Amino acid sequence: MKEELFVTARSNALIDPSLHIWTWEVAMYLFLGGLTAGIMVFAATIALLKKDEEAPFAATKLALLAPVVLSLGMTTLFLDLEHKLYVFRFYTSFQVLSPMSWGAWILIVIYPVSILQILSTLRSGYPQASPYVDRFAIGRQVLDWCEANRRQIAMTAIPFGIALGIYTGILLSAFSARPFWNSGVLGPLFLVSGLSTAAALVALVARKHSEKVLFTRFDLGLIAAEVALVALFIINLASGTEQQLTALDSIMGGPYALVFWVLFVGVGLLIPLVLELLEIRGLARRVAIVAPVLVLLGGYVLRQVLIDIGQESNWTKYDTQYNAELLQRLRD
Amino acid sequence: MTRFAMVIDTKTCIGCGDCVVACKTENRVPDGLNRDWIVEATQGKYPQLTTEFRSERCNHCSNATCVTLCPTGASHHWAGTNIVLVDPDMCTGCKACIAACPYDARLVMHPDGYIDKCTFCHHRVGEGLDPACVSSCPTRCMHFGSLDEPSSEVSRLLKTREYKVLSPETGNEPNVYYLI
Repeated sequence: MKEELFVTARSNALIDPSLHIWTWEVAMYLFLGGLTAGIMVFAATIALLKKDEEAPFAATKLALLAPVVLSLGMTTLFLDLEHKLYVFRFYTSFQVLSPMSWGAWILIVIYPVSILQILSTLRSGYPQASPYVDRFAIGRQVLDWCEANRRQIAMTAIPFGIALGIYTGILLSAFSARPFWNSGVLGPLFLVSGLSTAAALVALVARKHSEKVLFTRFDLGLIAAEVALVALFIINLASGTEQQLTALDSIMGGPYALVFWVLFVGVGLLIPLVLELLEIRGLARRVAIVAPVLVLLGGYVLRQVLIDIGQESNWTKYDTQYNAELLQRLRD
Repeated sequence: MTRFAMVIDTKTCIGCGDCVVACKTENRVPDGLNRDWIVEATQGKYPQLTTEFRSERCNHCSNATCVTLCPTGASHHWAGTNIVLVDPDMCTGCKACIAACPYDARLVMHPDGYIDKCTFCHHRVGEGLDPACVSSCPTRCMHFGSLDEPSSEVSRLLKTREYKVLSPETGNEPNVYYLI
């Protein structure tokens, strides 16, 4: 056997006995970031597919949610910072090898792109608000220009939305020091999960039946893809290094097994998958609100579980205090 | 890159903890936080047991993932060397570097909020002195110097003695060596 324990006290806050630097703030940010990505992609997709009639909410109103949701996410991210007054430092340099630096700059680009998206359908989506812009000559010109270029704006919003969604996963997977995160599948997984939560959001709040059905169909495909990506993620870790195998134990019968399999896979993926299958067949209409709510919950749980397990997975394992059982282990 | 290394002889280290106290004193490390620590590793089966004491700290990796993943450039290599420092005026306290370190060697400097860590006492190194932990070691099991100079004590020890580094498979190229 081998045991390693601290002789001098090391009780560094947030590190001992195991890393716990990030809590709900970061999980919520990753969730809201993914949701924003999905909102932008779907608003743009509906514009490109010219499905304004079938899906009026997504076509004209949805885009407004992107900067709102993203701002909420950036607020929770800000809450997580320990050195808050120095937050501007994200924007005094660009670190090409740091996904977080890429993310900080992507967030900055997302705002103008999503505002152009909003303006391109402001008159039809928010007729109460558009007169305030139309009152000014420049406002009128901008709205005219955005409406005329709605297609081009949508084609710009899609790659930026995808970049935002995928970055939230790469942010974690780039940490080679955290074996549970160290899988390239996390980028696509977070992107698909973000798209799925946005589709669920539309299915939840849209009023027109044809729109609910369309987005329930979108969501079905995305949930199926997410199930496949979760399987690939587990296969990836299960064929990985010793550290990754140890990290995987936490969901394979370990302390996180219940929350991962029951709350995320069961409640967040499989139950909505079945409910949505029933819905597009015209069944279970009365509980149509349940599936999208569960998808949104599952999207958050995925990030929270990943954040929690990833931090606990590591390369160094020390016993942080004297433990009488260790003596027994030396005899065994 | 000038490579500074610490070479620690586990055969003569007795785990007294003087290096830890010297660091806290020299660098005014706040209560309850530590930039270095001692690990006692016991292997084997009773009564055939072997014990190794290791004074551990930031490994000042040549390929430091904490530097790579820092979004602001606050984590950086000091003056063309492998010594990894954090500039508090650049640090947002996002804690990415804490997660990026496979050795869990970084900490949040409370109450200020920026990230703190072992500096290899670069303020002393710049004056040609050894880090505080090395100079205070009562058994003289700790050695510090440049690996670029073949005649330095650390180069000589690594040429003549068996050694290891912690978790070399991380690919971080750590620069704290343990003589075994």
